Parts: sequence; C-alpha cells; structure tokens
Amino acid sequence: MDKQTKNSKSVVTKLALVCVCMFGFGYVLIPLYDVFCDLTGLRFTQDSKQLVSQEIQEDTTRLVTVEFDVSMNQSMPWKVKPAISKLQVHPGRVYITNYIAKNTTQSAMIGQAVPSITPYVANRHLVKTECFCFENQPIEAGKEVEMALSFMINPKLPKDVKVVTLSYTFFDITQSAKINKLDSKESVLAFN
Amino acid sequence: MMSGNNWLKWLSAVSGMFAAMGAANAGQPINMPVGVTDISANVYDMHMIAFWLCVWIAVLVFAVMFYSMFAHRKSKGYTPATFHESTTVEAIWTTIPFIILIALAIPATKTLVEMEDTSDYDLTVKITGYQWLWHYEYIDEGVDFYSVLNTPRSQINGEEAKTENYLLEVDKELVLPVGKKVRFLITANDVNHAWWVPDLAVKKDAIPGFINEAWTKVNTPGTYRGQCAELCGRDHGFMPIVVRVVEQAEFDQFLADNTTLEKDGAEYAAVTQ
Amino acid sequence: MSTVATDDHHDDHQESPYSIKRWLFTTNHKDIGTLYLWFSFIMFLIGGVMALVIRTELFEPGLQFVDPQFFNSMTTMHAIMMIFGVVMPAFTGLANWLIPMMVGATDMALPRMNNWSFWILPFAFAMMLSTLFMDGGGPAGGWTLYPPLVLQTGDALPFVILSMHFMGLSSIMGAINVIATILNMRAPGMTLMKMPLFVWTWLITAYLLIAVMPVLAGGITMLLTDKFFETSFFNAAGGGDPVMFQHIFWFFGHPEVYILILPSFGVVSSIIPTFARKPLFGYASMVYATGSIAFLSFIVWAHHMFTVGMPLAGELFFMFATMLIAVPTGVKVFNWVATMWRGAMTFETPMLFALGFIIMFSIGGFSGLMLALAPVDFQYHDTYFVVAHFHYVLVPGSIFAIIAAVYYWLPKWCGNMYNEGLGKAHFWLSTIFVNLTFFPMHFVGLAGMPRRIPDYALQFSDYNAMATYGAFGFGLSQLLFLYLVIKAIRGGEKATSQVWENAEGLEWTLPSPPPYHSFTTPPVIK
Ligand SMILES: [Cu+2]
Repeated sequence: MDKQTKNSKSVVTKLALVCVCMFGFGYVLIPLYDVFCDLTGLRFTQDSKQLVSQEIQEDTTRLVTVEFDVSMNQSMPWKVKPAISKLQVHPGRVYITNYIAKNTTQSAMIGQAVPSITPYVANRHLVKTECFCFENQPIEAGKEVEMALSFMINPKLPKDVKVVTLSYTFFDITQSAKINKLDSKESVLAFN
Repeated sequence: MMSGNNWLKWLSAVSGMFAAMGAANAGQPINMPVGVTDISANVYDMHMIAFWLCVWIAVLVFAVMFYSMFAHRKSKGYTPATFHESTTVEAIWTTIPFIILIALAIPATKTLVEMEDTSDYDLTVKITGYQWLWHYEYIDEGVDFYSVLNTPRSQINGEEAKTENYLLEVDKELVLPVGKKVRFLITANDVNHAWWVPDLAVKKDAIPGFINEAWTKVNTPGTYRGQCAELCGRDHGFMPIVVRVVEQAEFDQFLADNTTLEKDGAEYAAVTQ
Repeated sequence: MSTVATDDHHDDHQESPYSIKRWLFTTNHKDIGTLYLWFSFIMFLIGGVMALVIRTELFEPGLQFVDPQFFNSMTTMHAIMMIFGVVMPAFTGLANWLIPMMVGATDMALPRMNNWSFWILPFAFAMMLSTLFMDGGGPAGGWTLYPPLVLQTGDALPFVILSMHFMGLSSIMGAINVIATILNMRAPGMTLMKMPLFVWTWLITAYLLIAVMPVLAGGITMLLTDKFFETSFFNAAGGGDPVMFQHIFWFFGHPEVYILILPSFGVVSSIIPTFARKPLFGYASMVYATGSIAFLSFIVWAHHMFTVGMPLAGELFFMFATMLIAVPTGVKVFNWVATMWRGAMTFETPMLFALGFIIMFSIGGFSGLMLALAPVDFQYHDTYFVVAHFHYVLVPGSIFAIIAAVYYWLPKWCGNMYNEGLGKAHFWLSTIFVNLTFFPMHFVGLAGMPRRIPDYALQFSDYNAMATYGAFGFGLSQLLFLYLVIKAIRGGEKATSQVWENAEGLEWTLPSPPPYHSFTTPPVIK
C-alpha cells in the first residue's frame, strides 16, 4: 500500500504538470498559429515593414491588379474610402496610395484599421512598406484625413494570381485606446 | 429469449416505420439539391457516391452481422467457436477500407481545388453579414443595398397563414447574371455569419475583420434561396438569402436602375428589430 | 491542485445508505461511482427537458412557445448538460465502479481526490443552470462559444466560464485518478495487455482528458480576459483573430468527441463476448485501434471549420487525416462482428443495447465519413445533417453504451436482476424513438435546414414534426429505465456472482453485490 501511495503521488505530480503545460500550450497556440499563418499565408501576420531589399527587380512584363476595399466594423461611424479603387502594378515596384477617412461625429475618435488580403497566397507577397494600419488613427471631430499606404507586390507572387484584394476593416477603439493610455506610457497598441 | 418470429415482427415494424417516413412526405425534399452550377452538380455527385458507398458497406457488414445473429444462437444449440485472432483477416479489413478511402479522396480533392479557384472572374460582389441582415455591394459597379427578411411578423406569430416562401423571402434580392463567374468577397460587421445558398453549393463564413473568397457561375436563370448558416444571435433564423439569376441584359438594367444608396448600417439594423 | 493527498485508511464499515454524511464524505469507489451515475441521470433529465423545449418549438413552423434568444440558450445549455453533465460523468461513474474491480484493486488510487472531483460537479452545474435566470439570460452563443458572438452574452458569461472551469477541473481530477489507479493499483499478474478493454479505453480517454481539458480552460480564460481585461486574443481590432478561438476550441473539441465515445467501445467490447460466449476477436488490434483513434483525434480538428476559409493545403490535410479515422473505427466494428461470428448468442438487454450501438453508431460513422469530404462538407456544415450525425454517435452511441453497461453490471452492483422483459421493451422503445427522432434530421439537413434556428421554412415541417414525436417518445421511454433500475435496487431475483453465463473478468469473481471493500487481498491472476 505504501509503495502504491508513493507511486500514486508521483503519477499525480507528473499528470498535474502535464495539465499545467497543456494550459500553457493553449496560449502557445497563438504564436504557433501566427507561424502556421505565415507558412500557409492564411493571414497577414508578419511584420511587413520588412525591408524591401535592393535585389528585388521590377518585373515590367507583368501586371497585377490590386483592389482596395474597406469595411466599417459595427457602430464605427467614419466614412472611409480608398482614393482609387484599383491599381495596375508591376511586381517589384513600390506604389503609394491613400485612403480618405472622415470622422463624421462630434467628438474626437481613434480608429484602427485591420488589413485582410485575398487570395491567401498573396499574403506573403504583398509587402507594405508604410501603412496607416501599423498604428491607430486618431481623427478630430468632423475632420477628414488622408492616410498613406505604400506597398509592393513581390515578384515571387505565383503567376496565376492576377488580382489581389487588400481590404481594411476599421474598428472604433476610442474606448480601449483611452484605457491603455491611462495604464501605460505608450499609447500605441501593438499591431502587426 | 426472443424467438425468430418475434424478431421478424420487430424488424418489419421498424422497416414499416421508415417506409411510412418516406411515404408520408412525398412532397418534401429529402436530399441535397443538384443545384444550378457545375460545382454544385459535382458536389452532389460526390455526396451520392459517398452515400451509396456507405450504404453498400453497411449492407455487407450488417448482412454478416444479422446472419450471425440468426444462425449463431444459443437457442439453436450452436456450440461457440473459440478463435479470437487472425492476422490475415485483420490485415485485409485494414487495407480494403484504406483503398476505398483513397478512391474517395481523389474526386474530392479535384472538386475542392476547383472550388478554391477564384481567378478569372467577371464580377465581384462583396457580401457583409450584419445582425440580422445582409449587405451586397457590386464593387466595380457602385451599386449596393441591404437585403432583409420580409416575411410579415404576423405569419411568424401564426396570426396569418404562412405563404410559400415563408422565412426564405427578402425585400431586395441579390441579382446575378447567368453564365458569368461571380466572385464573392465575404465579411461581417459584428459577429460571425455564414453565407449559404444550397443550389450554388457556396457556404463561406463571414468573419468580422477578415475577408473570405468564394465564387459561383450559375447555369440556369431562376431564384435560389438560402440562409445564414452560422449561429449569429437572436434572429439567426431570420436572415435569409435570395439570389435571382437573370440574363445579362436584365442584369445590366438592374444595375442601371439601382444607383448607390448610402444607408447607415446601424440605423438599418435598428429598423429591423 | 490542493487535493493530491492520498488516503491510507478507509472507513471500516458501510454506513446506512440514508445518511447524508456517508455520501458527502465518502471516499469509497463504489459510493462515488453510484453518485456519479445518479448525478448523470438527473442531468440527463434536465438536459432532456431542454431538448424537449427545443423539439416543441420546432414541432411546426412559426414561433409558438419560446423567444428565439431563449431557444438559443436551450440549444447551448442542452449541449453543455449532455456532454459535461451526462456522458462524461456517467463514464466516470462506470470507471469508479468498475476499474478497481476489474484490475483487482481495493479502491481508486486517490480516494479523497475522488470525493472532491465528484462534489465539484453539482456546484458547477448549479452555477451553470443559475445563469438562465440572470440578466441577459443564459449562454446563447452555442456550446462552441465562438467569439465575437459569445462576448454578447449578458451577466452570465463569467459564471458560465467559471462553471466550465469547474467541470474541467473535475474531469481532470477524475482522469488523474483513473490513470493512477490503472498504473499503480493492478493486482500482481495483471499486465497491461491482460486488462479488460474497458480499462484500456478508459486509460486512453484519461490521457486525452488531461491533454485537452486544460486547452479548453486556456481558451475560455482568453475569452474572459478579452471581455473584461482588454486583451485581444480574439479581437481583430487589437491584432487578434476570432478564428483563433475556433482552432483552440476544436483542438480540445475533437479529442473531446473521442472522450465521449472511447469508453463505449470498452463497454461494448465487454458485453459482446459475454453474450456470444466467445472471446473478443482481435484484442490487441482493439487496443491499437483505440490508440490510433486517440492519436488521430489531435490532428483533425479543423474539419469542424472547413467553411471558415483555409488555404487549400490545410483543407486537404484535414480532409485526408479525418478520412483516415475510418480505418481504425472500421477495425473495431469488424472485430465485434467477428466476435459474434460462430458464437452462441443470446440476446439479453445489455446485448440488445450493444448490438443497437454497433449498428447505429456505424450509421453515425458513415455520415461522419461523408462529412469528412471537404467539398461536400460545405453543403453539410452547420445543417441538421450534422445534428443527425453527432446525435447518432452520441445517443444510440454513447448513451446506448452507458445504458447497456448499467443493465450489464447492475446485477453485480446491487445483487438483484432487473426485469428482463421490461428491459427488452425499454430497448425496443428507445431504438424506435431514437431513429424516429434523428433519422429525419438527415433529410431536413440535406434539404437545406440550418441548425440552431427556432423557426424554419415550410418544406421542413413534416420531418420536424416526426422528430418531435420521436423525442417525446424517447424521453418518456427513459422513465421506464428509471423504474427498472429503482426496482432492481430494491429487490428482485438474486444474482449469482457470475451473473451472466459466460461473463469473464475479475469483477465477476466477487459476490453480487460485492463487499464494500473488495479485493482487500489482491486476487491472483493466472
Ligand atoms: Cu447570421
């Protein structure tokens, strides 16, 4: 009996440890998912400020259409539209365009744009060198602002992809951004 | 102990029940629609292949089982055998299912690859799910509108007789041209929804903050009905989808007649409560 | 885990069954098994009433009885009750009663923790049920708890999550106990490959529980912090992703599906050989098949979310992996049929339920194979076809196996035989009504009826009416089961030690009922 008790205790300790690890594993799944997304191109996760290296050659023989789209989440009252809805681009060259956003309310607000790209494979090959989605966007009451976006299509984009859609969803984060400002010195939320 | 006769009685009662199930409902559909696109027909074929495959495996296995249940009974004075292993037999019934699965996986993979190929389309419609309505936007044509259930409350509450398309009718249908490849960009405004029209074999989740792609190319003009297929709250059961597929000329006319209405989503949602 | 201490001494004698103290403080595996089983039956009635609310509303088109929001919380609660409150506790109850007797141990390895793991449950479920009366109603976002919808839950959310933590904790403690018992308490000579399959399947189930319940705990904790502490795990605005929750949930959820079925395989593998009077065919391959099913369960989770939008390669991987599960599952069914083949069968109630299990579980397995085909799943997903599928594996699957187990071992537990004629009637009534309830759901699902809707189009009306009749019939038939069990406990024809002519295993060497402390000296295994 004594030996059994001792064995039982060690089994319990080990299994309890496994439980704690698996609880942690649930959290580890989040960065793992990002890795998975990067590998498969499911979501836009990697830091797209990654340098556009000099070696990338512009492919002037090829044209890819980039579509710009925008959605407002829930009660987000802004009016946002892309300056141009479509652009024909050569892979390997950096382009600059704008989104125009208007805060239609009577109070200052902070918005956050979340990018989403189709088709999936394009995720890895649409490189944003500058984007309003890197930071949150405060807009004064009633003001209209132009928000810059510069990007490049990597020539490695598979040949059969002729159209890439870049869609932004704007979230109203006025409340949570304020709370975070109180909590820490840095007001900027971390975004991809 | 139940006698053989009793068994038969029960069996015929049960099969009679199933027969009754079928007979009583001659009018109501019991199978997946073949649909009106090449993809939906492929999907239907896959479904039927898988179904008949399962039926035949079931018939074979259960035939052996039922035979054994009738023949190898203690009441018949049957002496039990003692075997309890046979590597050969076990290897066979591991391998055969494996081969069948491969045979099934090949056409499934083919259909899946086709379904995911959204390239070379003629028209893009952006679909946004709201609690509890849909918004459609023909993004290159500058036409957009909301589409809401228009079955009267009185029908739902049983104060009035229910009409033919009860819960599957909307104020403004999504109009698409026949024979054109239409790409859908699907997203949501608030919570997850899913856009589903069985006749097109398109079902894709609408997720706030992300866009999903799907496509269809309808072969036959007509009106096709579907529903939201992801639980999205209180009125999840009341956000139908109606797609009207028309000839190109009629479609062009439809676009011309519908200049962009800019309506506030939140306002519109409030109206439908 | 504060209750890891083990017990060295046991109460010497059995107190009166009517003393509350006995049940509250008991550390005896038989008492705790009984508690689990009765708890599970009470939850079965509550979850069943919820199912009947659902079926009543769906009896005909139109909104008749309940508000759609309440309807949604009924579907949500029904699932949580049946999964965490019925099937899992019932299996833990069976494990408590049977595993020590099957491996020749006096008790579970950790009797005091055993008491805790049971008594957490009534509190957890009382809390869960109380959310129905809170502002904003009970949870109504489905048992899958997908954000962002679940974050719209009213005051109930933190209580729902807390109670699910308790349920998880209870089942983890139960699982640890099972593993410790199996690994340390076996009688000398009881090698792993001599253990009855019920013990084997439970051992594997327990490992699954320990691997995935904490993942669920992590996921729902993230929901909680997203809602109340400004984290953004699943909030796109903060860099999160609502789909991430679905991955975490189904990483738990798919193994959970096997947690709900593997012990049934063990039960059926015990019953078939007894009534076929022939040893189980392919014991070793049964063990390996169970192991491979458990392994595969970790790499198929995304087949629950084919429509969520995944790269082609992902969809193909999850489709192929899922299809593979058909192989070990097939092996199991073939082995059972081969066990029956050239046996000398009799068809007492446990055998009937076991045979019903094989046939109807296979029907659920076939629809599962169809669902695995990703392109076709786009049509099946979130329809009544899926509802039919998982109810076939859970009701005439898991529940039938549990009922079979109760009929099979009840004479051992209480020393009296149940009424065989009424037992058979219970089987036939259950079988007819369960099919009347769930078979038509295949039809409406294929014809286009989404799940989780309180009202539906007219072309689905006939089969929905049929399912409602079936549900009431099935529910009422279970009262017969209750009557039979109570009657057997209170008296009846005395059972012998072996109970069944050809029953094999250590539990059948004990008298019926077994002494309060059995195997105080370990049995000798040949
Ligand atoms: Cu919806």
